[in-house]
Amino acid sequence: MTDTQPSKNEHILTAPALAVRNLCAGYPGDQYAIDQLTFSVGSGERVALIGPNGAGKSTLFKVVAGLIPITHGTISIGGEDYRSSHASIGYIPQQNEIDWSFPVAVRDVIMMGRAHRSRWLPWWRASDHTAVQALLEQLNLTALANRQISQISGGQRRRVFIARALAQGSRVLLMDEPFTGVDTAAQQEIMNTLDVLTHQGITILLATHDMGRAARDFDRILLLKRHMLAFDVPQAVVKPDVLQQAYGAALTVFQEGRKTMFIVGEHGAEG
Amino acid sequence: MDILINFFMEPLNYAFIRRGLLALILAGGINAVIGCFVVVRGLSFFGDALAHAVLPGVALSYTAAGGAVRANLFVGGLGAGVLAALLIAFLTRNGRLKEDTAIGLVFVTMFALGIAIISRQSSYNLDLTHILFGSINGISQGDLRIMAALGSLVLLVTCVLYKQFVIISFDLSLAHTIKLPVEGLRVLMLILISITIVASLQAVGIALMLALLITPAATARLLTYRLHHMMIVATIVGILGGLAGFYLSYYMDMPSGASIVLTMSTLFLLVYVFKSLWVQLATPRSNATSKATKTTVSVKTKVK
Repeated sequence: MTDTQPSKNEHILTAPALAVRNLCAGYPGDQYAIDQLTFSVGSGERVALIGPNGAGKSTLFKVVAGLIPITHGTISIGGEDYRSSHASIGYIPQQNEIDWSFPVAVRDVIMMGRAHRSRWLPWWRASDHTAVQALLEQLNLTALANRQISQISGGQRRRVFIARALAQGSRVLLMDEPFTGVDTAAQQEIMNTLDVLTHQGITILLATHDMGRAARDFDRILLLKRHMLAFDVPQAVVKPDVLQQAYGAALTVFQEGRKTMFIVGEHGAEG
Repeated sequence: MDILINFFMEPLNYAFIRRGLLALILAGGINAVIGCFVVVRGLSFFGDALAHAVLPGVALSYTAAGGAVRANLFVGGLGAGVLAALLIAFLTRNGRLKEDTAIGLVFVTMFALGIAIISRQSSYNLDLTHILFGSINGISQGDLRIMAALGSLVLLVTCVLYKQFVIISFDLSLAHTIKLPVEGLRVLMLILISITIVASLQAVGIALMLALLITPAATARLLTYRLHHMMIVATIVGILGGLAGFYLSYYMDMPSGASIVLTMSTLFLLVYVFKSLWVQLATPRSNATSKATKTTVSVKTKVK
């Protein structure tokens, strides 16, 4: 190794946590659900993904998580091709994509995140039990460990899935509308958890319709409508002319003194 | 006390009944374990369809044996069952056809083919009754050995791949993220269901097969909330229900298949009623708890 030529390992260390280049993807027969997307997110950064319904937010997450194949472009996680590092991506799907009546306890769900470590062993190892216990304590879920997943609140379920992603060893967390159907207190609890994770260097991409929260609690906002319309700090994105590119007539702008308020359907933001 | 001992021991004087009871224990156990996956994955229709789809294979075995009652049902049944499972998996891959449509198509086509093959036999009615409703008293030592081998295979594979089967059943997105071979595991599970059905075919027959597969699991689902506990309870319910149904058929002179299914259904009904009463008694307390933990949600609505 020389001073002027960094080694491959140094390249990985300094590489963005998530880098997407010229990404096109979508379901067969359709036009691309996401088209020519290029952006990168640093380690420990928190990015809100906003855009109208059908903008491609969930599709983007599913592509990065490996559920939908790429048609064109590249994705790298920490400098490595995303296909070789799926375990380091934690994907938390929308609430309605999970069968909450399934007979599993909170502890079992978190344990699933360890499955790739002892893939073909029929039993869990002692280290798996220790890791899950530590996560239960870290996310304040110990008292709920043996409850069935249906018997806990929406906010608690999100924290269980965050714990599962951490059990996977994920360094990049993709959360698809985690605040939908969750009360404000639980939303704040989720945000507090995310604060801790970002301090640990975990990168978070979170899809939301709540522009107020996106503007308040995130480092950057990615505005999506098949194409990337903006990717910048909240002050640069939550502006009438920028948001109108995505939402069009659905966006209502209110002026109240020095404050500007944006309303899209049920979700609002102040700028 | 002697009366009670006699009640249980009298049927055991006959070797064919001892074999029948052993077959019920084996079938009850295997079906209960695999049935738990059938119930939690919502595959009941698939289970029923597979039970019917094995008919052409079974019928071919009969024909090959010249209509002999001792014809080996397992070979033909297994072939047809696995073929049906693979056909359904093929038709539903990439969401080309909805699962229930593919299941319906394969089910009726194969069942009709089976009827057509059997109708070529001179003893059509006798054979069809035997296949549709089972013949617990006609189980041979060889049948028992095959049942035990198939059952051990199913339980071994389920045990080794338990974690993977739970993940693909609960959250497909995680399965894809950690790069599990999702499609392979799905097909394997369908094949395991086929093997289970074929292994138990002679005990209750095609028409009542589904009860053995789902009733113990559904009963256990009411009593448990973790899958491995559900499997243990379902196994107990499956074996006890099978044995109780058999004794009932012996003393009431009823067809064993119908008696076993009715006993299991009665067990389910009892547990269902007991559970409903229990939930009702516990409701006031849980309501108070949930009210205490709920907070008001404020939502901004668009003003027009």
